[in-house]
Amino acid sequence: MSLETPAQSQAEALPVGTPRLHLIIFAVLLVLLLIAPFVLYPVFLMKVLCFALFASALNLLLGFGGLLSFGHAAFFGSASYITAYAAKDWGLSPELAILLGTAAAAVLGLGIGALAIRRQGIYFAMVTLAFAQMVFFFAVKAPFTGGEDGIQAVPRGHLFGFIDLSSDLTLYFVVLVIAFGGLLGIYRIIHSPFGQVLKAIRDNEPRLISLGYKVQRYKLAVFVMSATLAGLAGATKALVFQLASLTDVYWTMSGEVVLMTLLGGMGTVFGPLVGAAALVTMENYFAGLGAWVTVLQGVIFVASVLLFREGIVGVIARLTKKSL
Amino acid sequence: MKLRTLALASLAALLMAGSAMAQTSVKIGVLNDRSGIYADLSGEGSVIAARMAVEDFDAAAKGINVEIVSADHQNKPDIASNIARQWYDQDGVDAIFDVPTSSAALAVAEISRDKNKIFMDSGAGSADLTGKSCSPNTVHWTYDTWALAHGTGSALVKEGFKKWFFLTADYAFGQALEKDTSAVVVENGGEVVGAVRHPFPGTDFSSYLLQAQASGADVIGLANAGGDTVNAIKQAAEFGITQAGQKLAALLIFITDVHALGLETAQGLVLTESFYWDMNDQTRAWSKRFAEQNGGNMPTMVHAGVYASVLHYLKAVEATGGKDTTAVMAKMKEMPTDDPLFGKGEIRADGRHIHDMYLFQVKSPEESKGPWDYYKLLATIPAKDAFRPLADGGCDLVK
Repeated sequence: MSLETPAQSQAEALPVGTPRLHLIIFAVLLVLLLIAPFVLYPVFLMKVLCFALFASALNLLLGFGGLLSFGHAAFFGSASYITAYAAKDWGLSPELAILLGTAAAAVLGLGIGALAIRRQGIYFAMVTLAFAQMVFFFAVKAPFTGGEDGIQAVPRGHLFGFIDLSSDLTLYFVVLVIAFGGLLGIYRIIHSPFGQVLKAIRDNEPRLISLGYKVQRYKLAVFVMSATLAGLAGATKALVFQLASLTDVYWTMSGEVVLMTLLGGMGTVFGPLVGAAALVTMENYFAGLGAWVTVLQGVIFVASVLLFREGIVGVIARLTKKSL
Repeated sequence: MKLRTLALASLAALLMAGSAMAQTSVKIGVLNDRSGIYADLSGEGSVIAARMAVEDFDAAAKGINVEIVSADHQNKPDIASNIARQWYDQDGVDAIFDVPTSSAALAVAEISRDKNKIFMDSGAGSADLTGKSCSPNTVHWTYDTWALAHGTGSALVKEGFKKWFFLTADYAFGQALEKDTSAVVVENGGEVVGAVRHPFPGTDFSSYLLQAQASGADVIGLANAGGDTVNAIKQAAEFGITQAGQKLAALLIFITDVHALGLETAQGLVLTESFYWDMNDQTRAWSKRFAEQNGGNMPTMVHAGVYASVLHYLKAVEATGGKDTTAVMAKMKEMPTDDPLFGKGEIRADGRHIHDMYLFQVKSPEESKGPWDYYKLLATIPAKDAFRPLADGGCDLVK
């Protein structure tokens, strides 16, 4: 797809020194993530990374494109199903399975996006939700998805034919590369001229139209990118947990990822990571509390909406007067 | 806290050194739904049941130190898989119990096989656990969809209810349930006069129920689960279907659902379960103790299954004098099972636990003498007929 952009003369909106700060944060993050599996449980960390990527993908669309998709589980889940099926029944190697799943999410994103971007606001959200429900029903009924049981016992296989992924630690570093690569990709997109146009569309769409930008193409492009990255997260998760199930395509998954993004800080670079880490930690370490987990999630959500609407990272950014 | 336990344990071990008794510490995990739709039929009740099994076995006196941990998998297989991995890898859990929701149970079964630990399922229904997805590390205790479909199907036809009409949830699970039950009905000389598929999940069943009513069938089989079954039963009550003489057979329902529906609505419903609290003196005594700890609520068959499976597991640990997975699994399959709730039984090579199943009918409010007096026994399905024959499951362990 070609994106013809009229003369680009956006002044860098970020305060001076911000890229440097971001670089430092990314570096510190990478170091922490490299040490983390030796301190914390690797499978848990992989889950955090998958959801961090998923939430960042949604944030690309929501925080920077201004489009609230309530159907991102469709991309996450369908990629996870395709990857699981390709790895298990076709015996594809993990890298091909992940690529296939991600590609499927991209194609699905193109189809759904092309229709959804014709509407705005709540209608856009509803259209994406409706499509996600269709994907859910497809997953319930299609013979290859295993219905309620999902696709189980997906082999992790050997990456490129020689790296054995059955060890959690090895797989962790592969997931780290995928997720971190995805995050850097998103960062690059946000700070490209394309990203600047996106933010401008988010802030004042009629103005951009009057300036001669083909707004719909930008929206579609960012929708497909977001869907693809969500698919990448879902595909990776299928290999980590060795299963694909209805949970991944259910509408609550779409809700959960919106919650992660809002809690962490919509429209910030690092917010979704923090939000994903917070929610996954809650789900995991408080599992012993039973029903209180969901209550706690609800309370936190209400509190974050009422008290700090910018999200955790949003608040930090405001207090430190830095763009994060 | 942990340190103190450890110190005490090692002190105890020190004192006992020299005596013949070996000290074994086992850690068992009860993983189930503690917040969602299955929280009543499994949930905290299963933890109580496991604790009662440890007490009744008198584990401490036999030199077995048992610790119980529990967690909520929210009916999501990925959370279940995550917790199971963590329990096995980090927390030193030796065996996982309960695990309702088929997708979660299948996930835990795979992990238990990978990590060579023991998984004893009570809450999930999938017959695949001891069929094509069977594993040398899995025991499936309480029930499965095959047993429920066959129990209800064959017993009702034998009682003379020959003409069936199915109300089926239109997805793999419902279709499989309908197919299984239809086969049994026909095999036993019955007849399937019709079937209607409803979308999943469904809310309005009125047109389907009217169709079922008009079909002239003796039995309306509900090949669905959870909320669908409950809604269908409620609406059937509004149409007065059971009062008009047709039988309503729910293929997957628990006593807690009947409790929630109330007798007025659920009366006349026919169902199969493997345990009912009011069967004999032993079940009544056990259930009374259980109810005292569970806010007055009687146990479901899932709770009973957790109790019985923990008990059998501990017996095998005692018999082998350790917790080596292979030895304990072999012992559990070799040793006949015997507990107050399911009576005598056995664990087959494919991991399926074999016991009698019972066909119950829900009492009318007039017949019921008190709280939780819900079922009357219609038929007992003997253990040998209650479960899928060993050869038919497609399990690799059966040769």
